[in-house]
Amino acid sequence: MTAAFPLHLIPLLPLAGAAFALLVGKRAGKDAVTLVCLGVVAAAALMAFYAVYLLHGQLPPGGSLTDAFFDAPWMKAGDLEVHPGLMLDRLSAVMVMVVTGIGFLIHLYSTAYMEHDEGYTRFFGYLNLFMAAMLILVLGDSLLVTFVGWEGVGLCSYLLIGFWFDKDANAYAGRKAFVVNRIGDFAFLLAMFLTFSITSTLKYSDMGGVVEALHAPLWFGLPGAYFVGILILIGCTGKSAQIPLYIWLPDAMAGPTPVSALIHAATMVTAGVYMVARMHVVFEVAPATLAAVAGIGAATALFAATIAIAQRDLKKVLAYSTISQLGFMFVAVGSHLHGTSNYEAGIFHLVTHAFFKAGLFLGAGSVLHALANEGDITRMGGLKKYLPHTRWTFLIYCLAISGIFPFAGFWSKDAILAGAHAALWPTSPNPGGAEIWFAAHTGQILYWTLLAAAACTAFYMFRLYFLVFEGEYRGTEEKKHHLHESPPAMTVVLWLLALGSIGIGLLGIPDEFGSRLDRFGDFLSPVLQAQARVETRSDFLIGAAIALSVSSAAILLAWVLYGNGFSPRVKRFVAAVPRLYKTVLNKYYIDEIYDVLVVRPVRWTAIIFWRAVDSVLIDGTINLVALIVGGIGKLVRYLQNGDVQRYLVGILVGAAIIFWGATNWTARQGAKFIVTQHGHEVIVTAAPEDDLAFRRLRFRVEWEGGTYTPEQTATIFTHHYDKAGKHKITVEAFDPRWGTHATVSQKLVIK
Amino acid sequence: MMIPIQDFLLLGALRFGLGVIGVILRRNVLIVLMSIELMLNAANLTLVAFGRARHDPHAHAFAFLVMAVAAAEAAVGLAIVVGIFRNRRSVNLDELTLMKH
Amino acid sequence: MILTLITFLPLCGALLCMLLPREEEGLLRGTAFVTALATFVASLFLLSGFNPHGWSFVVDVPWVAALGIHYHLGVDGISLWLVLLTTFLVPIVLLGSWHSINKKVREFMVTVLILETGMIGTFLALDLFMFYVFWEVMLIPMYFIIGIWGGDRRLYASIKFVLFTMVGSLLMVVAIIYLYVRHHELAHTWSFDYQELSRLVLSPHEQLFCFGAFALAFCIKIPLFPLHTWLPDAHTEAPTGGSVLLASVMLKFGTYGLLRFAIPYFPDAMAELAPLLSVLAVIGIIYGSLVAFAQKDMKKMIAYSSVAHLGFVVLGLMMWNVKAIDGAIYVMLAHGISTGGLFLCIGVLYERRHTRRIDEYGGIAAVMPRFAGVFLIITLASIGLPALCGFVGEFLVLTGTFGAYATWAGLPHFFAHPKVLALFATSGVILSAVYMLFLYQRLMYGPITHARNRELPDLSRREVMVFVPIVIMAFWLGVYPSTFLRTIDPAVDRTVAAFKIKYQAGVQATDLPKMLPEIAASPASPEGEEKR
Repeated sequence: MTAAFPLHLIPLLPLAGAAFALLVGKRAGKDAVTLVCLGVVAAAALMAFYAVYLLHGQLPPGGSLTDAFFDAPWMKAGDLEVHPGLMLDRLSAVMVMVVTGIGFLIHLYSTAYMEHDEGYTRFFGYLNLFMAAMLILVLGDSLLVTFVGWEGVGLCSYLLIGFWFDKDANAYAGRKAFVVNRIGDFAFLLAMFLTFSITSTLKYSDMGGVVEALHAPLWFGLPGAYFVGILILIGCTGKSAQIPLYIWLPDAMAGPTPVSALIHAATMVTAGVYMVARMHVVFEVAPATLAAVAGIGAATALFAATIAIAQRDLKKVLAYSTISQLGFMFVAVGSHLHGTSNYEAGIFHLVTHAFFKAGLFLGAGSVLHALANEGDITRMGGLKKYLPHTRWTFLIYCLAISGIFPFAGFWSKDAILAGAHAALWPTSPNPGGAEIWFAAHTGQILYWTLLAAAACTAFYMFRLYFLVFEGEYRGTEEKKHHLHESPPAMTVVLWLLALGSIGIGLLGIPDEFGSRLDRFGDFLSPVLQAQARVETRSDFLIGAAIALSVSSAAILLAWVLYGNGFSPRVKRFVAAVPRLYKTVLNKYYIDEIYDVLVVRPVRWTAIIFWRAVDSVLIDGTINLVALIVGGIGKLVRYLQNGDVQRYLVGILVGAAIIFWGATNWTARQGAKFIVTQHGHEVIVTAAPEDDLAFRRLRFRVEWEGGTYTPEQTATIFTHHYDKAGKHKITVEAFDPRWGTHATVSQKLVIK
Repeated sequence: MMIPIQDFLLLGALRFGLGVIGVILRRNVLIVLMSIELMLNAANLTLVAFGRARHDPHAHAFAFLVMAVAAAEAAVGLAIVVGIFRNRRSVNLDELTLMKH
Repeated sequence: MILTLITFLPLCGALLCMLLPREEEGLLRGTAFVTALATFVASLFLLSGFNPHGWSFVVDVPWVAALGIHYHLGVDGISLWLVLLTTFLVPIVLLGSWHSINKKVREFMVTVLILETGMIGTFLALDLFMFYVFWEVMLIPMYFIIGIWGGDRRLYASIKFVLFTMVGSLLMVVAIIYLYVRHHELAHTWSFDYQELSRLVLSPHEQLFCFGAFALAFCIKIPLFPLHTWLPDAHTEAPTGGSVLLASVMLKFGTYGLLRFAIPYFPDAMAELAPLLSVLAVIGIIYGSLVAFAQKDMKKMIAYSSVAHLGFVVLGLMMWNVKAIDGAIYVMLAHGISTGGLFLCIGVLYERRHTRRIDEYGGIAAVMPRFAGVFLIITLASIGLPALCGFVGEFLVLTGTFGAYATWAGLPHFFAHPKVLALFATSGVILSAVYMLFLYQRLMYGPITHARNRELPDLSRREVMVFVPIVIMAFWLGVYPSTFLRTIDPAVDRTVAAFKIKYQAGVQATDLPKMLPEIAASPASPEGEEKR
């Protein structure tokens, strides 16, 4: 069941705010910009929450609120008719609440963080623009509308990463993010074309009705859904920074820290997870694509977590942590069981992660604020004295992300681990050995990979915490003087997020501990038909115990090694494995590998195309033609010596040749003849082509030496040879008009 | 006694040939112009000879036209020669090769 | 009547400018601008009373009756927006060249206005003789614009431009005369009429030659890879206004000609050559983007980007379904706005620094924030970001290509399979972002490396007035495409239907060449659309 609601106001309000800030913000002044930009986001948030209230309270569980942008079709071309609109169902409701809620908090935080920045109004303009695009993304009712938002958030990400554009590195990072995202968008576009050509619709609400078309084999005997699924997945790896397109996110930390919190931790990067859940119908038709989703997620989770261990930059650690956590979500939405997947856990982790990761970034921002943008954790330490609020909230976030009971991360991570452990893929009718093995063991592999990633997570987060807040201060004296706690606008936000990080997980307590405790799962299940939790209470307790003990052990290890600055053991360990350490520190040289494999070849191809193909091959060919023409001209112009009298000689000679040719032409053509032979009887036909000019000719035929048929106007001559042998026939034509004549002869053999 | 037409034609051809030789070989522009007049006259003579032989008055008329053209050409040609002489102090054709490539 | 007014009003303005004294530069600029603006206003009246289901505002007067030459103008959904694009851009160009043209002002104004008459006439002509006349009328003013007001290598560029274009158009005139004669042989009347000649179905062999002649002329103009090398030179050397008109309007004549003449006249040849041309178009998209990426001269970069954009148009036209052709026309319009805007942006920088080298700039965003915003919007429009003009057209072309029937035109080769073509063409989405953002970053971001760049003044009020309409149109085309597609779609529908009738007639007939009875211009039935 659907109901109408003016959903379009939710993204349009921030859009208006953006227009205000960017067009007249400078003239209106900082206060007006703050008021408008925060006001519109608050209004959008209120509208969103009201809409969700309506959705939850007034509509049956599977219902949705809808809104169309235009009454007439937005675009009608041939059989394609697009009516773009917005749709709020329970899945987008979760996203909208996260985006507007966390978004508002980060706006609030930014008023203090960016206070002294020259580009204050521009910053808020971009931030509002981002809100609008992100809301369009999550509210879009079709792939096309989502794509508008999808590209829009990419643009805002580009603008905000390169916000301080006077540094080349920042601008470069922005461009890298946009281009890498575009690779994903390329796949997204193809997915859209393919979907339309298979199903003739792009609307999510129609997807359930076209399952059969998605099932129909397309290429290589596989259903179309496989191809759509893989293309969507590639698109999502771009936006959500998964292998192989994760490389932009670490560089994206060049942007202001609130941006990292909002875009590169809480909202935009989770769009990929949202898309997989949104397109669940397609993925369910093609379970193998879900395995690909989960596989990529698990690989990314562990890979990024290991990189995070060795990083020295505060924000870089958090960036890799984000990539890793997104991998967890991918595993969740990819964990297939009984024809559906563990979407609910993925979205749940998305929500909890939005709180604690946004918090971590904002906490990091608070630290950077105090240290005048010094991001190297080897020069921090002991900050708990100076930044008490930041320290306590940071500790809460660290506990949450490490999955310590009862913080939010514990519940969501446990749901993911349980889903991965139970995951099971169907096999084809005649499975091979490898297929059976994978079907049985994929879940196990995912589970243990994630457990290792979780251990790494706990370790690097507490390494970070200890190095920043505990121990002795390792920075310069000058900076030590300026250390200060951030203003209330920032600390309030930090505490609010900390509260969320503690409390939000309680919405997802598994039902085994009492009916209707899993409010989150109950809320989402009408949309996603997520799998029922299969574990028993003891299963859950065992899983939780394992996860908790692994995380605690990792935290303990971090305390031992970094509890009071870098312990000597760390240095010894690093010295023992210098190669390994360097490889991890340099992020496995992935950027360099991409540079060699992709970036340079493209650049060289471009230069070769330009220099070789364009300048040499094409223009060369054309210039060659021009050269030949020019050369002939150069030769001929030597005839042009300016001496009139030589020209005259030329004219005379030419006239003579023409006169001679014209007068002899008819005779020469007429003298040509055909010989027909019947034994000794020979017939000669002169001037066989009938032409009026030939009628005036007179002919004489010489059959052999001395034997003539005398001159006459007839053209057919016969002659009887008496003896065999070689003869030569000569026809002579006279043209009485010019008094010219011509002869043609031909040899003849008489047997 | 009728002079046969061949004689007129032969004379015309001779004069035309002389004119051509003059135009090609002489270097002085004035002589060249005069040689051109000679060629035109040769053509006139031929026209008139044919006109008389065939009793066709059109040929005579045509000869008058050629005379008028010849007169005009002589006038314009001489004017050009005078102009050239003023500029270049020479009427030698070998030196007048401004149109060279 | 209104069409005559729109076509010849600029010419009258040009005559008026000729009468004005040479020294009164302000007056000359004003006269030309007012004329162009009046033409634009007059052309807006086309929108009211426009009939999307046929030819509107037709004027048909015998001109040289004995030879069957008529003064025949008309507008349909395909040419309507192209005419409006032309009349929209000319005043902007004149406003944009207000200060940058300061030698031979009178001649410049006259030339641009004559060019406008030529361009509008070419779009409106429904008589092939008239079409050819206007086609050549366009050529000469552009030659002068490049050759007189251009950069350092202007002579080389202008001659290259004229030679390339002439080669094509001479072959085209041969083909036009061939059609004319053939038509007389079959119908026993002399006619250059567009509709009348379209009834003629030539034998496949003749079609191939005539299509070749037409297509060569148009493909040079487009320009299709590998005939594109005149474009970078011409664009680079032309003054800003010339580049804008060249890129935004004149390149469209190639694709417009293909759609209007070459394809409907010779369906058989088109079916034969579509794989080749569409593969060339896709090569053009990728090749143009890559070469653009390698440029050091910003105008050349934009010029090569045009090769890529026009590749999308040709690809769309070759797929021959309504979606793709709608998209192709839409890309034409969008490219007119975005690339015109880009050239104007570069003109702004050039006017201030007199260099086109990218590495002479950097960090401009800090000193010219207003300009940075405008440039960013236009750059993004060119990249094809949704909600800006570039997206809709590319989306339609690519969907149309992706959904095109693989077999109807007998596309035999793997690389000419529409889905493969769409795959490669879509990669243009990535590449356009690569080179355009590279350009934007190198010009606008980073530290200011040249001291002179620190002093650059931001956009003046006149320049803002130049860009505001362009930005508005960029958004309009992106946000509400229905405004434009409402009239484009029926016209394309009609063209496709007529094409299919003619193609079928040609395939089934054994007695070619022959004349068809009047081709019914009924819209295509829904089943006629490419359905799987």
